[in-house]
Amino acid sequence: MTMRIDFTLNGQPLSIAVDPLRRLADVLRDDLRLTGTKIGCNAGDCGACTVLIDGAQLCACLVPASRAAGTHVTTVEGLSSGGALSDLQRAFLRHGAAQCGICTPGMLMAATDLLSRTSAPTETEVQNALGGVLCRCTGYRRIIDAVMDANARPNPASPASGHAVGAAIARVDGRAKVDGSERFGADALPDAPFLSLRVIRSPHAHARFTLGDMAPILAAHPGILRALTASDIPGRNLYGIYPTGKDQTVLAEGYVRYRGDPVLALIGDEATLAAFDGSGLPIQWEILPEVTFATAHEGPDLHEHAPGNILCQGRVATGDIDAALATAAAHARIVVRTGFVEHAYIEPEAGFARRVGHRIEITACTQTPYMDRDELALILGIAKEDVRVIPTAVGGGFGGKLDLFVQPLLCVAAWLTHRPVRHVATRGESMMATTKRHPSRITAEAACDDHGLLTAFRFHGDFDTGAYASWGPTVANRVPVHATGPYRVPAARCTTSAIHTNGPPSGAFRGFGVPQAAVAGEALMDALAEQTGLDPWTIRRRNALGVGSVTTTGQVLGEGAALGECLDAIRTGFEAMRAEATAHNATSTTHRRGAGIACMWYGIGNTSMSNPSEMVAGVTPDGRVTLLSGAVDIGQGSNTVMAQIAADAIGIPVAGLHLVTGHTDLTRDAGKTSASRQTFVSGNAARLAGEALRARILLHTNAIELTNDRLALDLSHLAPDANGFVLRGEGRYDPPTTPLDADGQGIPYASFAFAAQCALVEVDTELGVVRVLRLIAAHDVGRAINPDLVVGQIHGGIAQGLGLALMEDYIPGRTDNLHDYLIPTIGDVPPIEVILVERPDPLGPYGAKGVGEPALVATAPAILGAIHHATGARITHLPATPDRVLAALQHRILAALQHRVLAAIRA
Amino acid sequence: MGRYLRPEQLDHALAALAEHPRIVLAGGTDFYPARPVPTPEAILDISALPGLSRIERRPQGWYIPCLATWSDVLRADLPPGLDALTQAARQVGGVQIQNAGTVMGNLCNASPAADGYPCALALDASVELASRAGRRMVKARDFMLAPRRTALRPDELAIGLHIPDPGGVSRFEKLGARAYLVISIAMVAVWLRLDGERIANARVAVGACGPRAILLEDLARSLVGQICAGAIVPPAHLACLTPIDDIRAPAAYRREAVGVLIRRAIHGLAPYASPGRILAA
Repeated sequence: MTMRIDFTLNGQPLSIAVDPLRRLADVLRDDLRLTGTKIGCNAGDCGACTVLIDGAQLCACLVPASRAAGTHVTTVEGLSSGGALSDLQRAFLRHGAAQCGICTPGMLMAATDLLSRTSAPTETEVQNALGGVLCRCTGYRRIIDAVMDANARPNPASPASGHAVGAAIARVDGRAKVDGSERFGADALPDAPFLSLRVIRSPHAHARFTLGDMAPILAAHPGILRALTASDIPGRNLYGIYPTGKDQTVLAEGYVRYRGDPVLALIGDEATLAAFDGSGLPIQWEILPEVTFATAHEGPDLHEHAPGNILCQGRVATGDIDAALATAAAHARIVVRTGFVEHAYIEPEAGFARRVGHRIEITACTQTPYMDRDELALILGIAKEDVRVIPTAVGGGFGGKLDLFVQPLLCVAAWLTHRPVRHVATRGESMMATTKRHPSRITAEAACDDHGLLTAFRFHGDFDTGAYASWGPTVANRVPVHATGPYRVPAARCTTSAIHTNGPPSGAFRGFGVPQAAVAGEALMDALAEQTGLDPWTIRRRNALGVGSVTTTGQVLGEGAALGECLDAIRTGFEAMRAEATAHNATSTTHRRGAGIACMWYGIGNTSMSNPSEMVAGVTPDGRVTLLSGAVDIGQGSNTVMAQIAADAIGIPVAGLHLVTGHTDLTRDAGKTSASRQTFVSGNAARLAGEALRARILLHTNAIELTNDRLALDLSHLAPDANGFVLRGEGRYDPPTTPLDADGQGIPYASFAFAAQCALVEVDTELGVVRVLRLIAAHDVGRAINPDLVVGQIHGGIAQGLGLALMEDYIPGRTDNLHDYLIPTIGDVPPIEVILVERPDPLGPYGAKGVGEPALVATAPAILGAIHHATGARITHLPATPDRVLAALQHRILAALQHRVLAAIRA
Repeated sequence: MGRYLRPEQLDHALAALAEHPRIVLAGGTDFYPARPVPTPEAILDISALPGLSRIERRPQGWYIPCLATWSDVLRADLPPGLDALTQAARQVGGVQIQNAGTVMGNLCNASPAADGYPCALALDASVELASRAGRRMVKARDFMLAPRRTALRPDELAIGLHIPDPGGVSRFEKLGARAYLVISIAMVAVWLRLDGERIANARVAVGACGPRAILLEDLARSLVGQICAGAIVPPAHLACLTPIDDIRAPAAYRREAVGVLIRRAIHGLAPYASPGRILAA
């Protein structure tokens, strides 16, 4: 049934005929094509779809279309007038308040509601007003700054030629993110009428199944045109991240290994597929016992190539660890457990595919267009040149959009039907079936001498890599290198196992296992400090790796290593936090404060593996200078960073550089957006391409004479190449590394980033609730190409680290939504002081190195250290939820009592 | 009859309900999340009914009609006796949810973790139900029967919440693991009538610690005569709670935390208590 509804939309009167119960968000997006309003959950949990109705903010996903009748509806598209951004939108650009941009429309609308009532809101008023909108990138602080600074002040001018590097310019792709015009996965639509796709996934963690005849289902639902099964995959029904050991089926072949494994794909019209409740599907299940992290060693084996369910192991060993442990002055040991962590980007995976003759074209959100291309070619059984990947804007990635998700089935469906096919994952589907951070079970011990100098470190980490390998080998290889933390350790043995279970595949998530390892290592540093009578800062400073230090893999660190400077930078702040905690605790019994500190190091780029990037810069006959960049900006700002680097290398103002990004037909392979590598690796390629173009231009100017102090180069007689360039420069960079031997000795990374962070927390000792009050983060970034973007990365990483420490715990089958799976809200992230330590890395472009993952690693250990300082209780099972904190406090009190009673009995 | 009705008169709404059962749609904040895809149910959208959103002072107390949202509660000028409700309103979802969700819808949705119930119980509220056959009042404590089940008959509409002139003072405490968009681990509403510094009368209600929110009557009795600022909450009086282990917290933790929340709610009202002063009703 439809109803005629008259309302005013962004100032324009409108009359539409619509199902009165249709969600307003769908009416806006699908019927009126105003895709600035985003859908993140369809359940009122994320606020991405916030619009104003008669000036009041509402989730458009919870508003029946009928409710719009007679009202004024305002969406993000209505904020700018005549092409001019509002003060609030400009403030968002000025403050870097939009990163990926998927939550930005919701944030803007909630803030517009607030500002219409209160022109100069306080921080608390901003938090209260925006508390219903989740953001996963920014850590919220810059959003608060922007809302509190929404005025007519002009945004800074773009820097002059040669001054782009180091300038805090607004992101070059920012405007589309604040005016609602950015196209994310679900916003991109095929030109022609299209089909939709719905994946039927296993509800069981481990099962065999047989498929019966699909004909009755197809007959009963005329809107379902076709059901795809494993036998429909044209090429290889197997994919995976690594070239060898591909283990994941596009559609399961009678056997599923996790809740969410795809079993069938239905192709049809969107409404039919959405309404189809799955009943009557001819699937016969034989449920098998679930292999869990605790039982994996008992079998059965989930993959033939992984006996004992051990996918792979990593190892770094140096020195005589047993001798060193036996003679140590102080010794500490810890066991740490962490769970699955969900990426919880606000944009669920989405895209569409279409067949163009003998080629396939996939438009979707992704972090890695070139790996997607190669993998999809294998699945379709076609040449990789016949796959064209067109990345949309990515509404948050964090590693989760490195794995194929919607792409394989879309490509197969479009290939077979010769029609465009679209798939927009629901929040539940995304959370159920995409990769997670690896759960871990870590045992570690460390020893030091009388002076607190580390003598030995032993570490073993089991990592639950879930049903499929995904990035499990990366975690297993990266963690042993980093496990000691950024300290000099003469004797170390660090090992890891990636273990298969019937959990969701654990893949890449900001830090590749290093954040979990740091929780153990930094707790050991605190324990050794206590035993040797040092404070937590001093023991870290004494052991800090620096220029010329030798790591446990035998690598001698170069000029870039600046952990000492990071520690020095936070010393005063950390001491002030300690003093504040002591003063507070003198008068408070129930709420105790504490300060914690943690350090981290992080190797930039792949571990001992080639990971080159290529860039092309060129000049078209009309004199336009273009950078063709295959680096995908997932919100972290690589588009802006590449533009700044290339502009300075060429010698033109950044505003004069035209950027063409990530599109496999037009750009070169710049690798994946992961491992904190884009600034360092692709940045170097952009610099080299820019320098090559500059050299090329200068070469042409040799024969020209100055006219009025200017050189004019006539481009019209030059023949354009395939890219339309008459002058071009190419750059390629692959970080110099060497393979690791059986003991993990070698040069795994060309560059390491370092950081020191400290946190002040307050623990409610009666309820176990922890509140983080303040954070200081000093990061060795080599050179901040764009300080604003770097600070934004650090804020966002810290917010995710805070979530890891205190609240995030994905439980398969139980937390597939954003109200049971908790991520930090705008009220949970405290003020953050960021200190950028800039000692140029000789290998980095203009001295720069990566910051994406380094931002997160130290935060959880600093918070856990602060809880320990506040209460004496060490939380070793993450997250530190109120019940776990309270249990740890009570355990500690009981242990102390027991100790006293025993002492009294002995006396 | 169409599957969707949005009447503009109460008579029409009640007539429609008398005809056959319909799902009543008010703010939509529970309706849509429970229906990820459209369903063929018959829907009665009550949002166009006139005169049912203004919170009013009436001779017998306060009236919160069925279209009053949590934001309406925040905008209303309510006395200290209703502070618990105001405090709950501020902590329901985010502002978007507060702007759409109604207090009555929260009660009708009958979730064990509904923030409205402890308040309604502690404030001794009654739900007014209307049907073609007439109107009746049901105490809030008798309204929710079980999770997702209320005393509402299929032909009835819950038309408003009556809170008898509460006098006294009240307070709401909610425990969750983050700052906003919190689904409670546990929550507590306490209403007290104070006689000087002592408690003259009390009602204590607890939510998310059993299939439905309940009043702790033994505890309330034990509070009478105690000095507000030092009132104690004996664990024995919490024995009637039946919390469960779930993703938010284990049962044992809930039981323990509730005692703390109740004590804090009572002590938090101590500033209202002063020797020789009875807070005006």
